[in-house]
Amino acid sequence: MALTPEDVSRIASLARLDLSDAERHDLLAQLNDFFGIVERMRAVDTSGVEPLYTPLSAVQDVHLRLREDSVSEPDNREANQKSAPAVEGGLFLVPRVIE
Amino acid sequence: MSHELHMLGVAELAALLDGKQVSSVELTKHLLARVAAHEALGAFLAVDEEVALAQAGAADLWRARGIHGAGHPLLGVPIAHKDIFVTRDFPSTAGSKMLAGYHSPFDATVVSRLAAAGAVALGKLNCDEFAMGGSNENSAYQPARNPWDTTRIPGGSSGGSAVAVAARLVPGATGTDTGGSVRQPASLTGVTGIKPTYGRCSRYGMIAFASSLDQAGPMARSALDCAHLLQAMSGFDPRDATSAEQPVPDFVAETTALRPGASADRPLAGLRIGLPKEFFGEGVAPGVLGTVRAALAELEKLGATLVEVSLPRTELSIPVYYIIAPAEASSNLSRYDGVRYGHRAKDYKDLGEMYRASRSEGFGPEVKRRIMIGAYVLSHGYYDAYYLQAQKLRRMIADDFQAAFKDCDLIAGPVAPTVARAIGSQTDPVAEYLADIFTLPASLAGLPGISVPAGFGEHGMPVGLQLIGNYWQEGALLHAGHALQQATDWHCRAPALA
Repeated sequence: MALTPEDVSRIASLARLDLSDAERHDLLAQLNDFFGIVERMRAVDTSGVEPLYTPLSAVQDVHLRLREDSVSEPDNREANQKSAPAVEGGLFLVPRVIE
Repeated sequence: MSHELHMLGVAELAALLDGKQVSSVELTKHLLARVAAHEALGAFLAVDEEVALAQAGAADLWRARGIHGAGHPLLGVPIAHKDIFVTRDFPSTAGSKMLAGYHSPFDATVVSRLAAAGAVALGKLNCDEFAMGGSNENSAYQPARNPWDTTRIPGGSSGGSAVAVAARLVPGATGTDTGGSVRQPASLTGVTGIKPTYGRCSRYGMIAFASSLDQAGPMARSALDCAHLLQAMSGFDPRDATSAEQPVPDFVAETTALRPGASADRPLAGLRIGLPKEFFGEGVAPGVLGTVRAALAELEKLGATLVEVSLPRTELSIPVYYIIAPAEASSNLSRYDGVRYGHRAKDYKDLGEMYRASRSEGFGPEVKRRIMIGAYVLSHGYYDAYYLQAQKLRRMIADDFQAAFKDCDLIAGPVAPTVARAIGSQTDPVAEYLADIFTLPASLAGLPGISVPAGFGEHGMPVGLQLIGNYWQEGALLHAGHALQQATDWHCRAPALA
């Protein structure tokens, strides 16, 4: 099953990427190459196998750790916003989304 | 003596500092001058003399006040960090234009733990963009160059770390390994690098690539030096949800102690080393294979027994990894939207266009490729066929290791199928993925692995021996590496620099 140029455009849109025509062209060939390798993997019978989402659960029970629901971080707004592209009055600025 | 300081390792420098034969400020100045003299290697993305010398001055003061010894074995020893760890004192870019000029408000746990142990950070080291790559050519800033032949790659993604250690710019460095990014550059530059068990080192403040695979690890000249660094880096951290609540052993003691039944002549007596037949087949360069076999013969002389084992799904680890890692990456990298930090495009009409333009300008080609793969395999209608299938195979790969460890204590093989290639010589990104075949299986299973210098292969370039241990067996890997390094001097060879 080969990807089409339309597939590449659809994925780019899902990934919030704008691609140039040259990038689109290269990616189509590269993704098709890549999924050629992947085909071998799809043929393996994995029925009854549990997915291994986190590696240590291969040998032990891994349970999700939750912390106490209490305030642990101090207010560090100024430092946290130091690298923001646009900030005003402690708020992140973005283009208008509600008219 | 000062002209030789850079030739010394972590443990040797700590001893000199303890003996007051050199101060940390003198040592730091010496290495900073060396970093500047070898700027053309492209190892560093940021250096800050003022910051480094202030830390060195503080280390000297602590030592003068008697605060040193067992609790602070790295006090005053200069190191540097892969630029995938966020740092308060230096910019943190992940090798990407997306994070150009980014200043983190906090230090990664690995960084703060090394600082607490007294290590002096000189700066930040080059890497493939967001740690995606095995050549350092994907750095948005500059390629790092292999000091053994500067027309060749140092490997990656921790390429700058490998170069800095191999070129004797620093005695030790931090790296990260998602699919081989500590072990492969260590192999290609002739240094020692260990990827610990998943969960051993905190991922807090490590700029995320693939969260179920990312692990921090030290790179240095010897297994013993790696043990010193790993000791400081390891341990439970409540700020990382997958950090393991696992006691940290005394790695230095485990590295050097004589094991039961062993002797000084035969330190590896009783150790069974499994050789997966899939690691020794076609596709491995003859010079690499010969070097690895010679190192294995050396381990045998030291008392180890070699046994054949099988990891039957070794080849499948390539598609499995390159489904799972990009899937996690596409999710992790969705945070770069030009709002809270990172690059924001200049021209856009609305919010959607701002996201797309900022991401398209900020990310390089390999990062875009992996985001595309990840977005596709996670998308509606493809999730089961790709992502879920890969996660099931991942368990089968992990189970294969447990089956192999019934017959052996450690697993050995090459790290990479070839020595370092020329910079710019690989234009097919998918072909490049195939070269990760021997490091991916342990990554997928979350097992610890080490690369130790084993000699030289094609074109006189370094070759590493990979050893893989069972979960939490970093000490056994370091011990075997140390035994090899007591009997051979491959790790002491230094490149002649222009």
